[in-house]
Amino acid sequence: MQVKVHTHKCIGAGACVHAAPKVFDQDDQGIVIVLHKHPAPELIDSVREAIEACPAAVIALEAGND
Amino acid sequence: MKTIAIVGASLAGLHAARTLRARGHEGRLIVIGEEPWRPYDRPPLSKQFLTQGWTPQQLALEDDKTPLDVEWRLGRRATALDLAQRRLTLEDGDAVAFDGLVIATGAAARRLPLNELRGTHVVRTLDDATALAEALARRPSHVVIVGAGFIGLEVAASCRERGLAVTLVESAPVPLGRILGNAMGEAITALHTARGVALRRGVSVTGHEADAEGHVRAVVLSDGCRLETDLVVVAIGVTPDVAWLQGSGLTLDDGVVCDETCLAAPGVVAAGDVARWPNRRTGETRRVEHWDNAVRQGKHAAARLLDADGSATAPFELLPWFWSDQYDRKIQLYGSALTHDEVRVVEGSTEDDRFIALYRQGDALSAVLCVNMARALPAYRALLERRAHFEEALAHAPRAMA
Repeated sequence: MQVKVHTHKCIGAGACVHAAPKVFDQDDQGIVIVLHKHPAPELIDSVREAIEACPAAVIALEAGND
Repeated sequence: MKTIAIVGASLAGLHAARTLRARGHEGRLIVIGEEPWRPYDRPPLSKQFLTQGWTPQQLALEDDKTPLDVEWRLGRRATALDLAQRRLTLEDGDAVAFDGLVIATGAAARRLPLNELRGTHVVRTLDDATALAEALARRPSHVVIVGAGFIGLEVAASCRERGLAVTLVESAPVPLGRILGNAMGEAITALHTARGVALRRGVSVTGHEADAEGHVRAVVLSDGCRLETDLVVVAIGVTPDVAWLQGSGLTLDDGVVCDETCLAAPGVVAAGDVARWPNRRTGETRRVEHWDNAVRQGKHAAARLLDADGSATAPFELLPWFWSDQYDRKIQLYGSALTHDEVRVVEGSTEDDRFIALYRQGDALSAVLCVNMARALPAYRALLERRAHFEEALAHAPRAMA
């Protein structure tokens, strides 16, 4: 599984960092930074929470490795 | 409910529609929108749409993964509501019968007499922003922006990023002073003056001049000063779109007046810019014109509509949050700073345009302002959410400011 983000649509709400701090970070302007593009299996649930929580719907979890 | 109608096809209306389907509404869902477009995102209209050549497709809010089975009635205003008959009238004369109704008509840009002139713009809709982007591409020699609120400031930043000469005209002594207080209003204003924006404060537009083609040529200010200009943007706020509800029996007072759960009348809810409700979280009864509120209130109002007797719906308690992007700065405010007793910068500094400021009202932390320190913000947001005392919030700050 890999994490994809539409950075240009990120509004910097920080919901992803709250839900999955091991997978996401933010820059000074709050724009999402993906720390682990291929998160470990035990982190996948937190990524799904982040997807659900993101108000701008910029995060996706896709099968495969690129 | 067999048929639910949503009047307003923007952010709040879309989230209401999603929630209605997600919570099991299997009947008809009719969404009525004045604009001809499917739901789109407005925040980029004053920013990326003007500076980065974004297309309307990039603003689309729907995704293909979750079809909503909605009957769209777009490009037509709703003109009347008959509560007793449970019926809407559209501007083309069509009637729409409903069992439940979501009012999410939002707000419309306020205009001045000078908006009648060519070369004078507002920024609210996709059509507005398209016209403005085209006008900016023709490289006007001097842009005058009337109103230094967040939209006016964002447009000013977009114009400066395009290398255009800009003058901001603000009737208040301090831009954003009412929203952020004078000290923080000055800090944000400095972002603009440092980047070459001319600011005329404490004056309003009292007149205008046009050329033979009816194109704006100058605006006249209340101090008698005359500014030559070939492009004016009027950004003096919005008024809730409730004219169509006059005489409907709903209570209208700067918006659709709702109870704590977003209910405006039996089987009728309101959400987004148009909804005025008592927010227990802030103690304020007002409309909240933020993007985040449209999302949350759209969801909450939809859930309330499906909860016939209201027994399963909590009050809609919103910790307000908004952001504004200006140049390379992101300004965020959590809470409400409309009234406060004190504001203190606790991290960073206003000189660096990078700081966190805390607002005190009584003993409580009442709002947090953040400029480009997003990573430090969640901790303060958490303090605000659990209604921390101001002293406790100060103690959290890495340096003592007492």
